[in-house]
Amino acid sequence: MKAKVTVFPRREVLDPQGKTIHQALQRIGFDGVTAVRAGKCFDVELATNDAAAAREVLDAMCRKLLANTVVEDYAFELLPEEGAS
Amino acid sequence: MKCGVVVFPGSNCDHDVYHVLKHVLEQEVTFLWHGEEDLQGCELIVLPGGFSYGDYLRSGAIAALSPVMAGVRRHAEAGGLVLGICNGFQILMESGLLKGALLKNRRMRFECRDVHLRVERDDLPFTRGYRRGDVLRIPVANADGNFQETPATLDALEAEERVVFRYTDATGRRIDEADAANVTGSARAIAGITNRRGNVLGLMPHPERCAEELLGNADGLPLLASTVGAVGTLVGAAAS
Repeated sequence: MKAKVTVFPRREVLDPQGKTIHQALQRIGFDGVTAVRAGKCFDVELATNDAAAAREVLDAMCRKLLANTVVEDYAFELLPEEGAS
Repeated sequence: MKCGVVVFPGSNCDHDVYHVLKHVLEQEVTFLWHGEEDLQGCELIVLPGGFSYGDYLRSGAIAALSPVMAGVRRHAEAGGLVLGICNGFQILMESGLLKGALLKNRRMRFECRDVHLRVERDDLPFTRGYRRGDVLRIPVANADGNFQETPATLDALEAEERVVFRYTDATGRRIDEADAANVTGSARAIAGITNRRGNVLGLMPHPERCAEELLGNADGLPLLASTVGAVGTLVGAAAS
């Protein structure tokens, strides 16, 4: 089973990378951009095909390693298997 | 005091700390490999600066899970001394031994320069060589030195007097996040904190890089000397 995990700085936390990217976008003419947050994305492949078990293990790995919950929020979604009927 | 300097893949200030402890302060020092839990009876554990695991994921995140950190955690819980410098501070935070997290510096730059620090605590094993209010000149060298925590935890750190060093200017005045002298942009200008018990210290600046008069600055020496209990020796050496 495949999953996509995203990790972003929490809303109330300063995001120097997102701010710098936002300024760069404005500099090259994308005036309509009102905010940018920079985060990380992980493609994770799991041995299990059980969705509930997968969610449980994904939540645990986010809390233990993939995200630093002092300053980051995380989210994940299970992806449909390619070729699945 | 028997001192252990932990070596992670990517540590690059390990030999600097080793040199100061061994040759300047004349202590027994050994390197401890990250893959071993055994701390070999060391009384002081130093987590040095560098780029452990290439700063992959987040600075210090992978190192915090290495076998040696299980030993360091037990050592800290038993009241043993642990000093984390720069990447070592990041590892202590990622391992949960200290509060906080470090973000990228406010100006998105690797800041490599001398900064001024004000000493906020002079009663810890690490800081008995200073007086509260002393202003030190000491180098920082980091890209992720921007200390952040939730407002509630910051208030708790202040209330429990766990802020040990703060960025300041040459006059030692209190500065905020936006002040130019706070090169990292750290919340409440925090440069170093301790745990509740006062036996674990983490700081971003590098005392080991300014610990010999020969190199033009020894403001960091009292920190390391005090930690190994050699303050008296140091005063004696300075007077002779």
